[in-house]
Amino acid sequence: MGCCCSQGDCNVGQQSGDNIALNLLDDVIAEYRGAAGSLIPVLQKAQDIYGYLPAEVIRYIGRQMDVKPAKIFGVATFYAQFRFSPVGKYLIMLCQGTACHVNGSEKIETALSEELNIKMGETTDDGLFTLNDAACLGCCSLAPVMMINGRAYGPLTPDKARSIIKDIYAKEKEAKEGVEQ
Amino acid sequence: MKLRIGLGSCGIAAGGLAVLDTLESEIKNRGLDLEVMNTGCIGMCHNEPLVDVIEDDGRVFTYGMVTDKIALQIMEDHVAGGNPVEEHLVSATDKPAAFMDGQVRVALRNCGVMDPESIDEYIKQGGYEALTKCLTQMTPEEVIEEVKISGLRGRGGAGFPTWFKWNATRQAKGDKKYIVCNADEGDPGAFMDRSALEGDPHGVLEGMIIAGYAAGASDGAIYCRAEYPLAIRRLEIAIEQARERGMLGSDIMGSNFSFDMYIKQGAGAFVCGEETALIASLEGERGMPRLKPPFPSESGYWGKPTNINNVETFANIPWIIREGGAAFGAMGTEKSKGTKVFALAGKIKYGGLIEVPIGIPLRDVIYKVGGGIKGDRQFKAVQMGGPSGGCIPAGYLDTPVDYESIMALGAIMGSGGMVVMDETTCMVDIARYFLDFTQKESCGKCVQCRIGTKRMLEVLERICEGQGKPGDIELLEELCVMVREGSLCGLGQGAPNPILTTIKYFRDEYEAHIHDHKCPAKQCKALIEYKIDKDKCTGCTICAKKCPVNAISGDKRQPHVIDEALCTRCGTCIDVCPTKFSAVYID
Repeated sequence: MGCCCSQGDCNVGQQSGDNIALNLLDDVIAEYRGAAGSLIPVLQKAQDIYGYLPAEVIRYIGRQMDVKPAKIFGVATFYAQFRFSPVGKYLIMLCQGTACHVNGSEKIETALSEELNIKMGETTDDGLFTLNDAACLGCCSLAPVMMINGRAYGPLTPDKARSIIKDIYAKEKEAKEGVEQ
Repeated sequence: MKLRIGLGSCGIAAGGLAVLDTLESEIKNRGLDLEVMNTGCIGMCHNEPLVDVIEDDGRVFTYGMVTDKIALQIMEDHVAGGNPVEEHLVSATDKPAAFMDGQVRVALRNCGVMDPESIDEYIKQGGYEALTKCLTQMTPEEVIEEVKISGLRGRGGAGFPTWFKWNATRQAKGDKKYIVCNADEGDPGAFMDRSALEGDPHGVLEGMIIAGYAAGASDGAIYCRAEYPLAIRRLEIAIEQARERGMLGSDIMGSNFSFDMYIKQGAGAFVCGEETALIASLEGERGMPRLKPPFPSESGYWGKPTNINNVETFANIPWIIREGGAAFGAMGTEKSKGTKVFALAGKIKYGGLIEVPIGIPLRDVIYKVGGGIKGDRQFKAVQMGGPSGGCIPAGYLDTPVDYESIMALGAIMGSGGMVVMDETTCMVDIARYFLDFTQKESCGKCVQCRIGTKRMLEVLERICEGQGKPGDIELLEELCVMVREGSLCGLGQGAPNPILTTIKYFRDEYEAHIHDHKCPAKQCKALIEYKIDKDKCTGCTICAKKCPVNAISGDKRQPHVIDEALCTRCGTCIDVCPTKFSAVYID
């Protein structure tokens, strides 16, 4: 839980370098401004818009809602849901629940890491996949399970996990070629 | 005739939507006038996707593991031809599955039976009758009395009497009071609340409105974890429908009682299941617990009297009001009344969601309802209560499942997660697993919890890696006492339980790791070696081809060997070795 600052790979508060369209947030802020206790829903909606919480966005929310950025960072880093760097087009959440653990989720992690050539928490170079873990997805009778962009897959074997990734890659390649033609 | 398909999260994950498509297009092709009803989880998750054929006389035929092909066969043989497809039937009205037979459904009464997105369906099942009864025939005190008679205790884990909390909130002084539903189901291995919310959202809503009436509250909040998108969507639909029908809003049914509610999504912090942390999170703060008293019933959400109950607790309420507290109290044991929902998972044959009378022996849950251990292996332990719970070994299988008996064994009833383990599960690794979880989820407020869980995890990690030292078991026990005593909330107080129960019942496994550098369950990678039995190996070369690190060598038709120095112990070789040879083994 909380901030990963001690691990040296922390992106909290870093400038993204991209131009962020802050005005996309205005409707959200208008909806919640002045409503007590609404910081978390605002952050959730901001993350829905941008895919993560860029530092500029956090400062903008602070200015607009009259909350100190330090306070917003404090809340955002407390919760596992909030991310401070962009994620891939496909967000893989590998379940680490007890049922998945005893049914071999570690082997699935190894297979996914090999297939994608990234470690847990990383994003592929082409920006397609991010591999994350989730404490428990609550689909325990399908263990081991992963969720990709909100859809659950299970019960997995290392081979099944690999082929799901390969299918998505194939689909992406097809779509790209379709565009080029 | 009617068709019904299970579309809870598990049904969808197993491919339920594709089956629904097939059924619907087949109905169109055949020009039939046949309704396909969506429903939540019936609990038989091991057989998903599930399709029910409901005859006009009310008989239900349940088909399991339905694929497109089987769906077409059901349409052809059963729907058109009138002959049930015997080989794919998993349960039927005349011949219920053993999994369903020992169950009594109170909280889950509507799950898997009706369309959770239809308020009319809910009303047809007797929904909102209890609310009507409360508002038209009962005083708030009488409602609390009825709940007291039922003996209902909080289903979130602590088992505190529900009526007492309601009464305390009612008695507390305050111009505004709140009802909060705790749907932040965070225990890994537990999915009772998800299924209840996905399968019967109105049941939970009705329970909350009744609680509001009894406690004198005007506002309700459901704190639901964001990992349950389907549950949130169905709750939103249910709230909207209840408002349209006047079950929520001002002056409900002309009774002068007004109540409305909204959903707040959790953001992924296990500690927010603790009620004071949950309140902090509702208020938009870091979800850190605080010292009690004052209890939330005196000073909770925005400092106002607040009653917090778990999803399952609320789901029981309409049934209790309708059927009477005495009917609920007639089930269960003297101190633990009624039924309890459990999520059965792990190395169990028939995993899923079950509801049984409290007090039935653990053995019946695992062997009668759950069908025993997957692959007919040996039962080793069942983990109850998640990260604050413990592991119960085979010797205690005849223990009745109730709050007191389970606690006497060092575990807790918890919210109802039951993860079954067999002889291939390493108990030291399980303790390490849970400490890894609590260590990550500790909010950091209490030093003993923040640092103690980290130190305990380090000790467990080194034991699993074969670096354990004599005295480590005693060190763990000492740390356990400190963390338990020095922590403010249940997360820290319960964190030692997985360690203490595994030491208590499986001390020999810890000793084998530390002194003999062996993992008896053959799970800890640093303590095992993969080997090939040269008498069994025929040199088929499959393992050598599949080994990701090229650690296996050997000529065709000659026994192969694994290079221990290169082997990463990934287990691929043992998985791919054809069962007729079974030449790879773990030493």
